[in-house]
Amino acid sequence: MGSFVPNTKEEREQMLREAGYKSFDDMFSVIPEEVRLKKPLDLPSGLSEMEALKVMEDLAAENKVYREIFRGAGSYDHYIPAIVKSVTSKEEFLTAYTPYQAEISQGILQSIFEFQTMVCELTGMDVANASHYDGATAAAESIPMCRDRKHKTAYVSATTDPKVLEVMGTYCFGSNTKLVTVGEADGLTDMEDLKKLLEEDPEAACFYVESPNYYGNLEDVEAMAEIVHAQGAKLVLGIDPIAQAVIKTPRELGADIAVGDGQPLGMPIAFGGPYVGIMATTTDMMRKLPGRIVGETKDHDGNRAYVLTLQAREQHIRREKASSNICSNQDLCALTASVYMAAMGPDGMKEVAEQTMAKAHFLRDELVKAGLTQKNCKGEFFNEFVTDCPMGAEALMAALDEKGILGGLPLDGDTILWCATEVNSRSAMEEVADTVQSLMKGKEA
Amino acid sequence: MELIFEIGSKGRHLSLLPQCDVPKVEVPEKFRRTQAPHLPELSENEISRHYTKLAGRTHGVNDGFYPLGSCTMKYNPKVNEEAAALRGFNRIHPLQDPSTVKGALKVMKMAEDALCEITGMDAFTMQPSAGAHGEFTGLLLIKAYHTERGDEARTKIIVPDSAHGTNPASAAMCGYQVVSIPSGPDGCVDLDALRAAVGPDTAGLMLTNPNTVGLFDKNILDITKIVHEAGGLCYYDGANLNAVMGIVRPGDMGFDCIHSNLHKTFSTPHGGGGPGAGPVGCKKFLAKYLPGLCIEETADGKGFEMVKAPQSMGSVKAFNGNFLVVVRALTYILMMGREGIPEASSNAVLNANYMRVKLSDDFKMAYDTTCMHEFVMDLAPLVKETGVNALDVAKGMLDYGIHPPTMYFPLIVHEALMVEPTETEPKEVLDQCIDVLHEIYDMAHTDPDYLHGAPHDTVIGRPDEVEAARHPIVRYVWE
Amino acid sequence: MALFFSKTHEWLLEGDDKTVTIGITDFAQEELGQLVFVNLPEAGDQITAGEAFADVESVKAVSDIMSPVSGTILEINEELLDAPEMINDAPYDAWFVKVGDITYHEDLLTEDEYNAFVEEEKA
Repeated sequence: MGSFVPNTKEEREQMLREAGYKSFDDMFSVIPEEVRLKKPLDLPSGLSEMEALKVMEDLAAENKVYREIFRGAGSYDHYIPAIVKSVTSKEEFLTAYTPYQAEISQGILQSIFEFQTMVCELTGMDVANASHYDGATAAAESIPMCRDRKHKTAYVSATTDPKVLEVMGTYCFGSNTKLVTVGEADGLTDMEDLKKLLEEDPEAACFYVESPNYYGNLEDVEAMAEIVHAQGAKLVLGIDPIAQAVIKTPRELGADIAVGDGQPLGMPIAFGGPYVGIMATTTDMMRKLPGRIVGETKDHDGNRAYVLTLQAREQHIRREKASSNICSNQDLCALTASVYMAAMGPDGMKEVAEQTMAKAHFLRDELVKAGLTQKNCKGEFFNEFVTDCPMGAEALMAALDEKGILGGLPLDGDTILWCATEVNSRSAMEEVADTVQSLMKGKEA
Repeated sequence: MELIFEIGSKGRHLSLLPQCDVPKVEVPEKFRRTQAPHLPELSENEISRHYTKLAGRTHGVNDGFYPLGSCTMKYNPKVNEEAAALRGFNRIHPLQDPSTVKGALKVMKMAEDALCEITGMDAFTMQPSAGAHGEFTGLLLIKAYHTERGDEARTKIIVPDSAHGTNPASAAMCGYQVVSIPSGPDGCVDLDALRAAVGPDTAGLMLTNPNTVGLFDKNILDITKIVHEAGGLCYYDGANLNAVMGIVRPGDMGFDCIHSNLHKTFSTPHGGGGPGAGPVGCKKFLAKYLPGLCIEETADGKGFEMVKAPQSMGSVKAFNGNFLVVVRALTYILMMGREGIPEASSNAVLNANYMRVKLSDDFKMAYDTTCMHEFVMDLAPLVKETGVNALDVAKGMLDYGIHPPTMYFPLIVHEALMVEPTETEPKEVLDQCIDVLHEIYDMAHTDPDYLHGAPHDTVIGRPDEVEAARHPIVRYVWE
Repeated sequence: MALFFSKTHEWLLEGDDKTVTIGITDFAQEELGQLVFVNLPEAGDQITAGEAFADVESVKAVSDIMSPVSGTILEINEELLDAPEMINDAPYDAWFVKVGDITYHEDLLTEDEYNAFVEEEKA
């Protein structure tokens, strides 16, 4: 069996004696007999490291790794620079915990401070945390930030990623918050519906919209901000951090809170996690921001120092009055994002965003040429778009799968949500288009 | 030291991407960003050195003893990292067809089965990503249960006053009122206080056992029975599971649902605070409310499919949870197996009791009895004698390269230091820490000012937290 | 103008215009330690005697400030939001709120009575 207990049998016996126990059983006699487990755990015997790794390798080999991925929908395949893994594998970062003891945690604290700064730069905001589990939970936790005695109802656009919407709904079930969906038209939020719903509700707390939204389209956020603010509510904007390098910041667009998933910033798609939720806001709302926040200060000798700050907002002090129970900070993922952004730099970030957008548009053009029709798009898109699929999604996906290509995500009614990023090659996109074309021909014949 | 923004110079960059092989597309002006974000402009060498410096200013389990109570800072086996780095786990999309991710589904299912067996539950969801996230999910199971039965008068969650702050905060997030019950003089649940607190408005109880003072509450069967008889459910906070694996199971103690901290008990690293994972388990009658997608064997028994539980509460995260954390935990569980898992708990408890007994000469123990995997020292007498408090002792330990125990928790012991050595520390490390604490104890009597000023040998001294909170600087600003 | 005190360590200054101004006592600020933030209600809010109307944060704690009266908030001291240290530096100048439409008053202490009460608490 495997074991990571260093002490030998003799040492354990010596320690038991010195602690005043005859045996392990004697030590555990404080646990009443009637609750003790009477039989060994029904688990396989432990393995050596070599055997365990082999089991895991075999399991990994049962998964299909596609050579090209055209599926996004909340998890995006971007290039991960080698330096990212090298830094995040450092054992100090890997094996430390929440930096409670600032004097021996300056490395973690400073790295979070740097992450906060980079997120603020991307979003134009004043303050950010590094605490959220993913973009969906960050979106859900933005609602209590906006809620008070006079503002109770939360609104969300129908163009939101349905998974994010579901998480928001679950959190609202918890907090007994009414969550209302604002309609969509042609892949964009229905502004008239938004206006009407908010005007009818003096208790509107906030409105959440994504741009790019689930269909990849860029929303007219500025116009929404006007509508939302006119009703005394807050605007929460869901972002894609890569797109943020080239599109207007949430701040410029009038958002009060920016949230999003940090996964595209150097985290592998990894079957859905771990990722990190991005959450940033204005100075006005700083004290409502949940989670850990790092601040700069000085030590008694005047050295620059970093500490966890504004802690009296948090659960360990405010307990049931805290606005969130969150107590972790997704530091290793935040670090991943920071190293990614440092490696890319301002020009690299822009290049990734531009290439991503260019590839998605090239793929759209190729697919339209091959005979598909773009759906749900009245305006501009970033790296995702929807087409129809006259040959049936299943047939197209199967044909692509044979070529080692993961096609777009089939949505309801045989439409497909496609995604491209800088990692997709021109030839692979042409191959997808060829596959579509040959299936179209087959269908006609 | 310098921030990453203060090094490098304009124009430095890495060579990461090829030329774009398709025509570029302009972002329309209406949407276009006008000012580029300030981000570092560095060579790879500079990035590497910057983070190496930061790593040098960080104390992890790999750097030295880390007996941080209630956090289970055990050694993180390197094989976990190797398994998590496998391409077959990293390069799979969460929305791939289940038939193409059989291995991943099997990982989740194997982890679920093992956790069920270890905790005595019937089903698990891997979706929650942290302990607090698990608490929230577990309480939503309870809420979904009462809601479905139309029992909406159940609006209160009972939490002992010794509980971790996340417990009441999670209850509040689920719309519950928190009823805090005082602990008895033995640090355990006061049965009379519990009986007085339960009623038709009781939705449930949140508890850890061993509890937050490190003791096994021997009345546990009575406790869960009192709550059940009142119509409430019992939630087990798995923060302290490392004490009892293979010895006693939450499911057998009468708990209905539970979260487990994979980053604590199952050795996946803490990562400076995350990502962890807080899978939630429950008894069969609650499984229909589980969030996310459950993994079930297909009808032909050849594979797995992902299905929504019939009355699922929804989802608490976008995808399948922190999958790579589950991979690490499963690797650990495979290595430990049926013998290694109880062995870990037994030795975690032994290491704690060994330290407790060896420190009892100088230090007052908050509860002077056999502890589980951790124990609480009460420094009130030391404060009275010398003016040196728990904070000073903790800061003094920093100069010896030891991460201090958890300070000032639980709240019911005012000058608390909570020590959790874990099973992966050799005897000589425990002995060294014991010596250090004795030395600090002596110093408190001979030179208390030295401890008030500690630490002396770290890269910074005590930071000014008041100034940090009064005038928060939470980002770097370019001139 | 008359100054009164509550047993929960607030001071209360009765104005000539039937309004009162509320703050916390020197003893209270001393006990709370260096304050880093104060959460105040909004003008127009109703407050109730015996219930919290504000809270103050130190680095590691948060404490409710109780209202000795029931009434309506007329004005809040916004300066405290930017400079909570004023409460530590000059507790009797650092007023929290001005309250009008007073409908209920707790029994309050005079300065001498309060000082005696504090001495008791200390002992």
